[in-house]
Amino acid sequence: MTATTENTTLTIGCETGNYHTFCPISCVAWLYQKIEDSFFLVIGTKTCGYFLQNAMGVMIFAEPRYAMAELEEGDISAQLNDYEELKRLCEQIKRDRNPSVIVWIGTCTTEIIKMDLEGLAPKLEAEIGIPIVVARANGLDYAFTQGEDTVLASMALRCPDRQPELAQEKQERNPLQRLLHFGKTKEDIDTTESSYADHPPLTLFGSLPDPVVTNLTLELQKHGIRVSGWLPAKRFTELPTIEPGSYVCGVNPFLSRTATTLVRRRKAKLINAPFPIGPDGTRAWIEAIGAALGVVPQGLAEREQQIWDSLEDYRQLIRGKSVFFMGDNLLEVSLARFLIRCGMIVHEIGIPYMDQRYQAAELALLAKTCQEMNAPIPQIMEKPDNYNQVQRIYELQPDLVITGMAHANPLEARGINTKWSVEFTFAQIHGFSNARDILELVTRPLRRNSGLKSLGWEQLV
Amino acid sequence: MKLAYWMYAGPAHIGTLRIASSFRNVHAIMHAPLGDDYFNVMRSMLERERQFTPVTTSVVDRHVLARGSQEKVVDNIVRKDSEEHPDLIVLTPTCTSSILQEDLENFVERAKLDAQCEVLLADVNHYRVNELQAGDRTLHQIVSHYLTKAAKTGTLRTTKTAQPSVNILGITTLGFHHHHDCTELKRLMSDLGIHVNLVIPEGASVDQLETLPQAWFNLVPYREIGPLTAQYLQQTYAMPYVDIAPMGVMETARCIRAIAEILHQLDPQISATCFDDFIQTQTRHVSQAAWFSRSIDCQNLTGKKAVVFGDSTHAAALTKILSREMGIHVVWAGTYCAYDAEWFTAQVSGYCDRVLITEDHGQIGDAIAQTEPAAIFGTQMERHVGKRLGIPCGVIAAPVHIQNFPLGYRPFVGYEGTNQICDLIYNSFTLGMEDHLLEIFGGHDTKTAMHKGITADSDLHWQSDAQSLLQQVPGFVRGKVKRNTEKFARDRQISTITLEVFYAAKEAVGA
Repeated sequence: MTATTENTTLTIGCETGNYHTFCPISCVAWLYQKIEDSFFLVIGTKTCGYFLQNAMGVMIFAEPRYAMAELEEGDISAQLNDYEELKRLCEQIKRDRNPSVIVWIGTCTTEIIKMDLEGLAPKLEAEIGIPIVVARANGLDYAFTQGEDTVLASMALRCPDRQPELAQEKQERNPLQRLLHFGKTKEDIDTTESSYADHPPLTLFGSLPDPVVTNLTLELQKHGIRVSGWLPAKRFTELPTIEPGSYVCGVNPFLSRTATTLVRRRKAKLINAPFPIGPDGTRAWIEAIGAALGVVPQGLAEREQQIWDSLEDYRQLIRGKSVFFMGDNLLEVSLARFLIRCGMIVHEIGIPYMDQRYQAAELALLAKTCQEMNAPIPQIMEKPDNYNQVQRIYELQPDLVITGMAHANPLEARGINTKWSVEFTFAQIHGFSNARDILELVTRPLRRNSGLKSLGWEQLV
Repeated sequence: MKLAYWMYAGPAHIGTLRIASSFRNVHAIMHAPLGDDYFNVMRSMLERERQFTPVTTSVVDRHVLARGSQEKVVDNIVRKDSEEHPDLIVLTPTCTSSILQEDLENFVERAKLDAQCEVLLADVNHYRVNELQAGDRTLHQIVSHYLTKAAKTGTLRTTKTAQPSVNILGITTLGFHHHHDCTELKRLMSDLGIHVNLVIPEGASVDQLETLPQAWFNLVPYREIGPLTAQYLQQTYAMPYVDIAPMGVMETARCIRAIAEILHQLDPQISATCFDDFIQTQTRHVSQAAWFSRSIDCQNLTGKKAVVFGDSTHAAALTKILSREMGIHVVWAGTYCAYDAEWFTAQVSGYCDRVLITEDHGQIGDAIAQTEPAAIFGTQMERHVGKRLGIPCGVIAAPVHIQNFPLGYRPFVGYEGTNQICDLIYNSFTLGMEDHLLEIFGGHDTKTAMHKGITADSDLHWQSDAQSLLQQVPGFVRGKVKRNTEKFARDRQISTITLEVFYAAKEAVGA
């Protein structure tokens, strides 16, 4: 299957699935930092441990709140009792760290030997008195960021379904509101309260760094939309209340299982919106939320334009340039849509997994953006084949390839500019304020190369 | 089950992949789930490799769990054969795939029928051997496969070269300073008048393996990878080998004398003391290490406490250098190569107070804290322990980070290696001393003055929520963000910095 640039409608191809990505257990690296009272226990082999140790680089030395339960030959052949072994390790964790929750990450090995983690967890939870959440984030089923999806889907079931406290108390104990009200007087708070429109409760899901959480919450507050809570919160003990019939909206494109769980198991209503990546995405995201809640946002067009204006210096660098996404973290469609709006031409959007229902609004915005920018509609390639992709890259000679570290240096040595895709996962890219950070990343190889242009050693193989 | 978050040696398949990807035109296919191809990232990152790493995955997913791999592995082998035309494809099981107990041997047999290249199944048990042992085995497996084949087809070259010659065994990709060591060993051999017949596996083609027996002897610089092959060549082709790592002045001399002894036995016309003059000249004039140990710099190090931890080769060599060549007091020396404990203990006994053999980094950290040495020589893990305890550390062994793949020439072996090791040791100790003096004399006197100049008190009021957000900005850019935000506020005559102002400033200047 080959990509063509003359597509007129959005087509989604599928290849062999032979591509490079991170194992989904990597989600522990950012989730343990996000959920401050958690402990992540990855139940797997040396291979899993080796990956975490090398992929997480220096974080491993910062006494992280995660560890491997390394399976030995006796565990594989069931000479040892899984329950007793896990109990021993979890008691040790309780003694040393005293977390509010232990998250068990199931791996390929626990799948193959059919270790019943979901069955063991409630029993052990009752025995040691610490909640145990089970997420099967394994390489048999998922890619990279989908690991977070499996964890949040399990956590969604732990959210309380109604506020236990009185209304008055509820306001004061809500951690997010407390954060936003920090340092304000009682009068200030009351003014803020009255500025909210009367709408059903809204919970946002997706793990983001705290400054981005505050930023997006304030952005909605400007339009009178109150965010009742975030899944996940800073602490496991502060998981948001999700009442049946309340609204939920995702902030990242890889959270389809979490969305499904919230809708089916928690009876929440999902707001299908493009994701708040880039000023166009952020505006569409706020508009979709407003539309669902019956609030009309004011002054968004000006706000978006103002951001675009502030990006002009970077947009000049990439306008008319082409980009190829090899695909590994599921952010690809949103990023491609933003870059097309910036004036780039996208050849191919490789993506590990494409949930056309969860990403429906994002896909629609992509098609609309292509039309408005008069840009060719890119080929979306699910489960790509890296070998074939490299052949297509040779043929197309794109100005930029967004790819994993396995291919970046070899492509650079062949004179092809690359940007390491994993950086988009860890950088702050959401909301109006962070649009510049995305372009900072995208333009970096182009800026570097304009500095080296005259040296004459692009090809070094 | 074992609670762990750091390991010194990687899983077995890493060793196999290191061997396969070191050879020229050999491709490895891992039978593994998605995401297990992290080896490619490490090679591309750490070695800054320009070529695509010749490793692909035959992905194990749900369908494979349900129905078995069926044609998948065979198809992947045949496909790779037609795309890349390698000489050899090594099918590599992983810990996950080894539990599936699929008949990989059968896949290899079937793939052989359709592929132009040779196909081998790496013969390693993932639950019993680690990266280093697996590397040693895979090298042996590939060498014996090609030699047996050459013996059958009659292409084996057993006639010895006219001049003395050597094979260097065990130089691999992702090995600690292996590339530099390889260059230094070749130079040493050329200085001794010994022709290098073949270096394996790094840069060698499998077709060249049939020329291995024409060398006079084998040199195995590292204890971890190569000995099995050397033993096999000795048993099968009566090739003698030298397995003394030429690290440090004394060990380099011992290695060269062992080579002279072998040459003497093979050709009585060569004297067993033929290299003694060379050793003398090198020791006195090329290596600075012997002179360094006489100098007053080194005198200052006398009796200082150090600890050593790493793989067998490097930890043993460093212990001997510190103790024997520099008069440093090695309180304990240890290795994570627990499977080779006996050899290590024999090597370092007499050069340290205590031997510590463990794969548990926590135990090593505790032992360092209790010992309070003036310097540590260990892996990246020990460097971080040192950082936490305020003790300097020289990195002498894998596991390592990208800074341990230097662009400059940094061998650990041979006479230039002795110079490099001296610098490493001396710099570790003096840095520690400098720190200590700074502490005694109250630090750099410019420190406070500079600090004041940079963070002049501001006339602006930071609201506490904006202030706390500022605290979340990483330390190294916080000053810049603060200045930019305040400039933004001043330009607009804003006197109080709120959250809104903070974000607006970020949007305006990209702070």
